Amino acid sequence: MSGAAQSLAAARRWKPWEIAFLVLLPLSWFAAGEQHSLLANEIAIFALFALSLDLILGYAGIVSLGHAAFFGTGAYAAALFAKFVMPDPLVGLVVATAVTAVLGAASSVLVMRGSDMARLMITLGVAAILYELANKLEFTGGADGLQGVTIAPLLGRFEFDLYGRVAFAYALVVLIIGLLIARRIVHSPFGWSLQAIRDNRLRAGAIGLNVDARLGVIYTISAAMAGAAGGVLAQTTGFASLDGLDFHRSADTMLMVVIGGAGWLWGGVFGAIAFKLLHDLLSAWTPQYWTFWLGLFLVVLVMVGRDRFFKPWLWFRKGSGA
Amino acid sequence: MSVVLETRDLVKRFGAFAATNKVSLVVERGARQALIGPNGAGKTTLINLLTGVLEPSSGSVILDGEDITRLPSHQRVRRGIVRTFQINQLFNELTPLQSLALTVSNQLGISGRIWQALGRDERVAQRCDELLRQFHLDDVQDQKVSLLAYGKRRQLEIATALACNPRVLLLDEPVAGVPEGERQEIFDIVNALPAEVTVLLIEHDMDLVFNFARTVSVLVNGALFAEGDVQSISNDPRVKAVYLGEGTPHG
Repeated sequence: MSGAAQSLAAARRWKPWEIAFLVLLPLSWFAAGEQHSLLANEIAIFALFALSLDLILGYAGIVSLGHAAFFGTGAYAAALFAKFVMPDPLVGLVVATAVTAVLGAASSVLVMRGSDMARLMITLGVAAILYELANKLEFTGGADGLQGVTIAPLLGRFEFDLYGRVAFAYALVVLIIGLLIARRIVHSPFGWSLQAIRDNRLRAGAIGLNVDARLGVIYTISAAMAGAAGGVLAQTTGFASLDGLDFHRSADTMLMVVIGGAGWLWGGVFGAIAFKLLHDLLSAWTPQYWTFWLGLFLVVLVMVGRDRFFKPWLWFRKGSGA
Repeated sequence: MSVVLETRDLVKRFGAFAATNKVSLVVERGARQALIGPNGAGKTTLINLLTGVLEPSSGSVILDGEDITRLPSHQRVRRGIVRTFQINQLFNELTPLQSLALTVSNQLGISGRIWQALGRDERVAQRCDELLRQFHLDDVQDQKVSLLAYGKRRQLEIATALACNPRVLLLDEPVAGVPEGERQEIFDIVNALPAEVTVLLIEHDMDLVFNFARTVSVLVNGALFAEGDVQSISNDPRVKAVYLGEGTPHG
């Protein structure tokens, strides 16, 4: 094998810790037990949502403050489908994913051009429009959300239980599938072309990449993945609410990606875990002011830099860069 | 010799200002042609028109007898019009190898593949090895581009363009900022391109132009001012006047 072939193959090889992490994910189901499955279920769902945002934000460089548009739409689609068409969770998940993929493809033309600021505004706007639609419309249940959604047992056998055992298992499987798909994508020439576009759009065009088309495709994939996450949330909690489309949902997810590390496949997952645990610990400790501590943590994290923050052994080394 | 690239009465206006003014340029296949002109002569605008980054106000661009005036820029690259940049335009978070592998993949028409890993295709690694060796980048192929020394980045800038298999290569001041000793190397590589590859060199430095090019086009105030072989241009008193700044030339 030539030098280039070897080097390219090494970059996409599974690293030991990646394999370890993938093994740990299913094991966490046993560790969670009846007590923590509901929280763990939420973490898995938000990890998938954060992963979807990382694909466009970290890899393709599309700054979005409205990714909840797809998360919430997926949730409503899954809930509505279960209520009015059929209660099977897997079919519902496919439908929710497909619906958000279409929405993603349609709205992707809005984020192809323009500056970061323009995209920020546009994504914010799209999410706000959907939020108000869900608020106003009759069949979405308005401000009360869509309640009374019954989901059939998973695979016709496993009934969703109160402790969230089945729910967590379901969310974990979907998350792992999402991770495997995303990993495959980011190591493909298509995935690398996204990073090239993020780094230097001018040059990406000058080597013959169709920048708009690439952004459209990844935006659609990302939307579908966010929709799947929202769909799982609606199915495992039995309802869809405006909260899924809310601005804070988008903002929280962006924080997860930032905490975990943007442009890094596992960043969204680690960020979701860290964010949810922080949230849980802080709000148990100080229910009213937990956002103060979260804010402080974020400021310190960004000022110190993620590398230094998580690698204390770098603190006293000189010249290792800021 | 046949004409490979041609512009007809190409005009680009920004408001009332004509950055490109009725330029009819003819480039023959396999030419080693230089495009020179003082600062603000419209050289960069002309390149942007040729590569499709800008759309002309009027006039047309013709490649191999086909009108490509409205063709989007990425499709022009696939047809062989490739440029380098005066100021390095690289993918800073990628490595030289990844940058080239992506570029080569795109040239092979497989860069849209979502489900196959980068470099899985043997041809990609093969071509990357060639390019890396040719441009002395093999020792830094796995380092982040943003961490490379300027000279290496400049080499990568040119290598990336060659990875596109150009038929018409537009070199925008290729050796800008490159130390004296390494300049010849870059020109040697360009000179070693197959004879049918056409090179249009945009350059400031007259010595380089007269060393490399066989024909020279002079651009002044957005318009084609003089054209000819190296000898006649270097002896043309009007060109000298433009370059030595003896006021606006007449005639």
